[in-house]
Amino acid sequence: MITIRVNGETKTVDAEPSTPLLWVLRDHLGITSVKYTCGIAECGVCTVLINGEATRSCVVPVEDVADSEIITIEGLPADHPVKLAWIEKQVPQCGYCQPGIMLQAVDFLTRNPRPTEEQINQAMDDVLCRCGTHPRIKQAISLAANISSK
Amino acid sequence: MDTTMSRRDFIQRSSLAIAVAASSGGFSLLNPKHGAAQQASTFSPHAFLEIAQDETITIWVGQTNLGQGTHTGIAMIIADELEADWQHIQVKMALAGDPFKHPQYGFQFTGGSTSIYPRWELFRTVGAAAKEMLVTAAANGWNVSPEQCQAKAGKVMHPNGRTVSYGQLVSTASALTTPEKPRLKDKKEYTIIGSTKERLDIPAKVSGQAKFGIDTTIPGMCIATVVRPQVKGASPISFDENAAMAVKGVLKVIPFQEKVAICAENTFAALKGREKLNITWSEGTMPDLDDEKLYQILENHLDNKCLVAHKHGDPEAALAKAEITFDLRYRFPYVSHATLEPMNCTAHVEADKCRIWAPTQGQSFMQMAAAQLTGLPPEKIEIATTWVGGGFGGKSPPDAAIDAMVLSKAMNRPVKVMWTREDDFAADGFRPGSVHKLRAGMDKEGKPLAWIHKNACDSVMLTMGPQFIKDGIDDTSIQGVVDNFYGFENFQVDYALTSPPVRVGFWRSVGYTFNTYVTETLIDEMAFTAKKDPVLYRLSLMEKGSRQHDVLSLLAEKINWDGTSHEGRGRGVAVVNCFGSAVAIMAEVSVDRKSGKIKLHRIVSAIDCGPAVYPDAITAQMEGGAIMASSVALYEKIHFKNGAVATTNFDEYRLITMSDIPKIEVHIADSRHPIGGVGEPGVPAVAPAIANAVFAVTGVRFRELPFDTAKLVAT
Repeated sequence: MITIRVNGETKTVDAEPSTPLLWVLRDHLGITSVKYTCGIAECGVCTVLINGEATRSCVVPVEDVADSEIITIEGLPADHPVKLAWIEKQVPQCGYCQPGIMLQAVDFLTRNPRPTEEQINQAMDDVLCRCGTHPRIKQAISLAANISSK
Repeated sequence: MDTTMSRRDFIQRSSLAIAVAASSGGFSLLNPKHGAAQQASTFSPHAFLEIAQDETITIWVGQTNLGQGTHTGIAMIIADELEADWQHIQVKMALAGDPFKHPQYGFQFTGGSTSIYPRWELFRTVGAAAKEMLVTAAANGWNVSPEQCQAKAGKVMHPNGRTVSYGQLVSTASALTTPEKPRLKDKKEYTIIGSTKERLDIPAKVSGQAKFGIDTTIPGMCIATVVRPQVKGASPISFDENAAMAVKGVLKVIPFQEKVAICAENTFAALKGREKLNITWSEGTMPDLDDEKLYQILENHLDNKCLVAHKHGDPEAALAKAEITFDLRYRFPYVSHATLEPMNCTAHVEADKCRIWAPTQGQSFMQMAAAQLTGLPPEKIEIATTWVGGGFGGKSPPDAAIDAMVLSKAMNRPVKVMWTREDDFAADGFRPGSVHKLRAGMDKEGKPLAWIHKNACDSVMLTMGPQFIKDGIDDTSIQGVVDNFYGFENFQVDYALTSPPVRVGFWRSVGYTFNTYVTETLIDEMAFTAKKDPVLYRLSLMEKGSRQHDVLSLLAEKINWDGTSHEGRGRGVAVVNCFGSAVAIMAEVSVDRKSGKIKLHRIVSAIDCGPAVYPDAITAQMEGGAIMASSVALYEKIHFKNGAVATTNFDEYRLITMSDIPKIEVHIADSRHPIGGVGEPGVPAVAPAIANAVFAVTGVRFRELPFDTAKLVAT
């Protein structure tokens, strides 16, 4: 049995300690907003926040995060600036990659609340979106920064 | 109508329930008229529409939600003719069924950009017929003539001003006959079509509530991973069942067909069990297959096996007389769909019914496969289409469903089959490889005299629909060639169908994706050779008043085209007319001649798709199409080695990312042409526009994708 904290709640799961956090969240806890895509930390789709830091859950053994605070997209309030901006800019197409990308944006904006376009490009250059929502992601991050600064 | 609404209202009513929700228990109806419970308390004059007494209007959609916006666009069309209150609209995905088949092809699928345009009149008729019945029901109740009453925002108004809501008319309207030819609105009467709407599925995709196929959870299900042979024709000789079974959570090892499956209690156990299998495979039928071998097969077909697919005039004689001639070869690699949601499917096969939950674009293919596999009649096979995490044509074949059904029968319980990313690259139905030989000739002024396009291409239809291959010609291979719009008087298309040793399939815009590249880079080359402006040259060859002429004219106006490049940036254009719409693209690039790196600065697109139902969704499709096509032009190629797909994951298959994304502008024509498709037309003209822009700034022509940027390094 392993105990982890997800979205402010303590959860106990019967999982092998080496199980990647991704599969614990999805299969054991039913938090399916965290998506599988590559399994090798290459695409960013499975990103969650671990103690605030955007982390690819497909390569993190659950035993390593027993003392950590894990946030998935459900853990952000509905009026979170990133969520509001994502709706305002009508970002998602298929939507599969978006929770991971939004969480990476949250981490980025926490560290850099007023980013330039170039900084957004660099910070979001290692996540994949196949539908091509990139221009809207960029606009939404700028908007979220503006909402946060008000 | 007032198109603004509070976000709170929006979020509250926009939860697009989809039939996959396991908790709904809504699977008792087998292949019903629509997925709804048949209650007398609703007014449902068509399979697409259901109005409840509480005013809720449910639009049942049979086309898959791939994120392309049709689940909002279809509702907009019906709601407009219905004079519905948009606040009352909800959209639900219907179980697979006859009403949702393509009106001409008789299959239910989501592809070919067909979700709306072949059904444009049908959807309007659905809404208009229901409105007419509601008005008649109200008029009958008031004892006035229907002509004296008016419908607006979900209510019918009496001449004296009093109103009755649609919900209140449910039972009386249900008693009326559905008119077949109701009056449809004129364009100027539209209030919802063409307006700005927030997409109904976006809040769930932002909150994390959206459920895709991979998220399907059915009580009692187990998870399966299936190992397929990497090399064509190979089969397992031996595998270590005991080692796999020793992994905690592994339930069963099941060899079937040429595959070996592991069924387990959870995904991680299945994957760990798979690692322990240690399969030894037979050599297979083409163990020496690699990138060059595949091109050799295509080149051999091109040179030796071509059939004449189309011919008019006397191209050879005209070519012999031409003062300037071109003799060029082109080649295009295999490209993956690389959908971020890998292929998956959940199935539960029982003695008297089969239920499937699938992120599929091909419901009819799946239904046929299920009928064949289970022996059950179609009405006992229930297909619930989930939301799909990227389709692009890749989720058309029923492979994962076949695996899930076989394994469900063997396990006697629901089974979810999950492809790993490595499975997805290895077994994807790639955009087919193709090679081309172009011979063209013109006079000194640039007037084209002859155009002969020879194309050898792997046939998609051999696997997806062999009945559509006529006299050795697969039309999908020569789309964008035979329908050339430059009015060549001497024109020939030769085609060699190849039966590929690798899997190929429909890939967004199908044959146009490579054929348009050939046409649009060569026509550009001819314009430059004749020292003509490439836009004016194209326009001079196109029929005036044609959709492509209109859309290229619109683009030229929007980019203030003056025929020159600016600030060291090359500008290139390209045009396509496909899937019922025409698109013109201008790409603006610069090239670092030290590294060869191409910088995309700007892509401007113009689309003429006839009536623009949902402009923001059209814009999004054009943006996404431009980005996907840029990625293919710059980076994408599947590699083969030692008989197998050598590309295994995203570390070996580069997709375009944020720092490469140009500014993208989209212009939608105020069109006088019929309605067309939107999902695919944004793709084909992008790569040639970029190539033409690169030429404008470097003088280098690319005749192979992806671009070999080493050729751009100044020596």
